[in-house]
Amino acid sequence: MTRRAPWGLLVLAALFFVPAAGSRYYTFLANDVVIWALFATSLNLLVGYAGLVSFGHAAYFGIGAYTTGLLMKKLGVSFLLAFPAAGLVAGLFALVFGFFCVRLTKIYFAMLTLAFAQIVWAICFKWNEVTGGEQGMPEIPYPDFGWLERLAAVVPFLGGYRTSEYYYFLTLLLVGVCFWLLRRIVGSPFGRILTTIRENPERAEFIGVNVRRYELAAFVLAGAFAGLAGGLFGIFNRGVFPDFAYWTKSSEVLIMTLLGGMGAFFGPALGALVLLWLNQQIVSYTQYWPLILGIILIALLFVFPGGLAGAVALIGRHLFRKKRAHA
Amino acid sequence: MLEVRDVRKSFGGFQAVDGVSFTVPTGSISAIIGPNGAGKTTLFNLITGHVKPDTGRVVFKKRDVTGIAPHDLCRIGMGRSFQRTNIFPRLTVYENIQAAYLSHRGRGWNLFTPVDRLYREESLALLDAVGLLDKAGEVSGFLSHGNQKQLELGLALALEPEILLLDEPTAGMSATETRESIRLIEGIARERSLTLLFTEHDMEVVFSIAQRITVLHQGRVIADGTPDEVRRDPEVRRVYLGDALR
Repeated sequence: MTRRAPWGLLVLAALFFVPAAGSRYYTFLANDVVIWALFATSLNLLVGYAGLVSFGHAAYFGIGAYTTGLLMKKLGVSFLLAFPAAGLVAGLFALVFGFFCVRLTKIYFAMLTLAFAQIVWAICFKWNEVTGGEQGMPEIPYPDFGWLERLAAVVPFLGGYRTSEYYYFLTLLLVGVCFWLLRRIVGSPFGRILTTIRENPERAEFIGVNVRRYELAAFVLAGAFAGLAGGLFGIFNRGVFPDFAYWTKSSEVLIMTLLGGMGAFFGPALGALVLLWLNQQIVSYTQYWPLILGIILIALLFVFPGGLAGAVALIGRHLFRKKRAHA
Repeated sequence: MLEVRDVRKSFGGFQAVDGVSFTVPTGSISAIIGPNGAGKTTLFNLITGHVKPDTGRVVFKKRDVTGIAPHDLCRIGMGRSFQRTNIFPRLTVYENIQAAYLSHRGRGWNLFTPVDRLYREESLALLDAVGLLDKAGEVSGFLSHGNQKQLELGLALALEPEILLLDEPTAGMSATETRESIRLIEGIARERSLTLLFTEHDMEVVFSIAQRITVLHQGRVIADGTPDEVRRDPEVRRVYLGDALR
């Protein structure tokens, strides 16, 4: 067996050249995509691997964003602590909410996740003293990049970037690490057990799997990674707002996961890329973006139920077979 | 090994299991038979923790296990297979068996080791034993019905049970497949000195391998004994076997 090319690493490396090669706009878009890719991939741990459809995944994204935002803006905590705190706090909330959610199945599970997310949203919306209420929390500071600029005096090619570009590099690095962790998790025995639960929870019990406990663990992990994505997004967005936790965000990330293909590890990331890019492109031509998105989704669900990643794999296999047939 | 004491279960007014008691001695091959709707599958579900009995006790290895969760029962040595095929359809045959090993040996909480090579030898050896080694890489949902039943048996065996409960292991099989799979099950049970309890509709199968037979009718035990005793029992002849064994 030949070693597969490390596509993930290659893509990550290429992304580092976006600010140098492209415009500010593309750096902005790439940063957006990278964070959403992490958010969607965290959801896929539930949907694609454990077979649990969450309608309220934005709750943990929002909690992460508020955690990092509050710590950095109001308490002046360094990003080094505020970022992991986003994952930790979101994970803790996921543990509490998940404890109740995994006691239900299918549509009831989905509805309860939605209910908890709406509670989170309502609290963010109304608790003026802490969250800034409806107005949100603008002007979250960037992490301090002063040390990088001092380093740039010694190391070539490091200097001369804007703060937003330094932040983009930082995002790439952190999301890269998260992707590596997630990849390890889905390829571990734990990941395999999750797939047995997706396939057949009843039978999983009879090979000795404590289904609820595994589901809760998956829920906490997914929530924690969503929290990390949220923490990054608040700074990128220059502000944290209640709609981060709103159900439309939950549905957006679910659509990305479906569009990209929940059967493949990188499917949701692909979905994030395509959805955000299409959104930018089509909005500049027409105001009927949701209509067009709807049509794309319908077409995709019927033609390629495996999403874009499934389609790519299918086409790849087809081409490969043809090539072999000719050889 | 296993003792069922006066268990009852009703589903809204319908008394599915009505005071059933029997014992399964260690190392024996026992069968539960009865016409459709006699309560065989419900009884199985009561034993394996799937459904809680209204009253009565299930004692396994001198331990009261009434109503405990299936994943805990697996851990103390009770394995079961299902009447309707029950596997992990989108995983490969190998992955099915491997997952059972991972779970049973307590490796499921490992979040960091690559899974591919864990318990490879054990999984392949077991696939060989149930006759699926050549199909290890196939997606299990695409296997033939008979092969899926073999895989189910493999899933149950991976848990290294002391007692194996098989709910109609040959349901939906052709006569040839039935004979082959019964030979397989019997061989494996002997080799691993397993206690076997199964339900079956095929009388030929039951009388050829069971040492003890419990006959169920309308949720009650109407006979319990060796195949010869059951064959001669007038009550059994009347309600169930009819002319078939005259």
